[in-house]
Amino acid sequence: MAETIVVTSGKGGVGKTTTSASLACGIAQQGKRVAVIDFDIGLRNLDLIMGCERRVVYDFVNVIQGDCQLKQALIKDRRIETLYVLAASQTRDKDALTLEGVRRVLEELAADGFEYIICDSPAGIEKGAHLAMYFADRAVVVVNPEVSSVRDSDRILGLLASKTQRAEQGNGGVKEHLLLTRYSPQRVASGEMMSVEDVKEILGLDVVGVVPESTDVLQASNAGVPVILNADSDAARAYDDAVARLLGRTVPLRFIEEPRKGLFARLFGH
Amino acid sequence: MGLLDLFRRTPGSASVAKERLRIIVAQQRSARGTPDYLPLLRRELLEVIHKYVNVDPSEVQINFGREDGHEVLELSVALPGGRPRV
Repeated sequence: MAETIVVTSGKGGVGKTTTSASLACGIAQQGKRVAVIDFDIGLRNLDLIMGCERRVVYDFVNVIQGDCQLKQALIKDRRIETLYVLAASQTRDKDALTLEGVRRVLEELAADGFEYIICDSPAGIEKGAHLAMYFADRAVVVVNPEVSSVRDSDRILGLLASKTQRAEQGNGGVKEHLLLTRYSPQRVASGEMMSVEDVKEILGLDVVGVVPESTDVLQASNAGVPVILNADSDAARAYDDAVARLLGRTVPLRFIEEPRKGLFARLFGH
Repeated sequence: MGLLDLFRRTPGSASVAKERLRIIVAQQRSARGTPDYLPLLRRELLEVIHKYVNVDPSEVQINFGREDGHEVLELSVALPGGRPRV
């Protein structure tokens, strides 16, 4: 039985693709068979973040339209044995993805023995975002601790609760998780940024991860190596923890406290 | 950060953000499940009512609810003092 997880947010630029890539890698590193799918038709980016852009021959739309077999379009990751990427198409045809087409691909992945299917949603609340979330069992809602991102994510929560297969069938709905990115404990301490608790309280979701603001994220995308694979990065450890929680383990939150300053630094500034 | 900040931690903008979001999210959630045309219907109804009576927009309540499997659109207008509009 495959579990389908949508990574979504409403607002763009909050770290959906970074999160999709890292969660997919992290889950696959636990020995699970994982497929990660880019639903951002026309604006594909997951292939770049995963570092497989030069190996894309067939894409998601090709599979749906029957131009190739699913196996031909799945790109096997060169680092992790059990991880596969399905790239988005660059077509500008917005109707290239269909509900039935997506259903067929997800069913075929499950029949092929994939245990986790990560759907990287496009920004917005249009068709692509709808299709990415429709078949989800769980949702990771990526949020920056900032007003527009929080409001947009609440809109997404409304859609998850009404416009998904699970919501329509009334069997408990989609399980929703909050993942905060670009978190700065220093700014939270100085009162300029909402805290984990604040966002959690506003949205009423359980927290699956808090990823600290980190220069490693840009370096990871520059290199095409998902940040979770960076052995020396706090952001990577935060994603490791998120993976552990998604897989059902209880792990305390890290990187949410301001590093302690000595008395000297506190008295005389930075 | 200087000496004074040790003793005086002014409330930052984060608490303002939180308060604003609390209200926005409550509004968004109360509108969930209501038809998409509701805001437009509300505006047009207000315009029509305003043609005949000079009511304060806040005195017009439009509620959408469900009762015994039926969807109910409830319109309530509090008319001002009964004087005709001049």
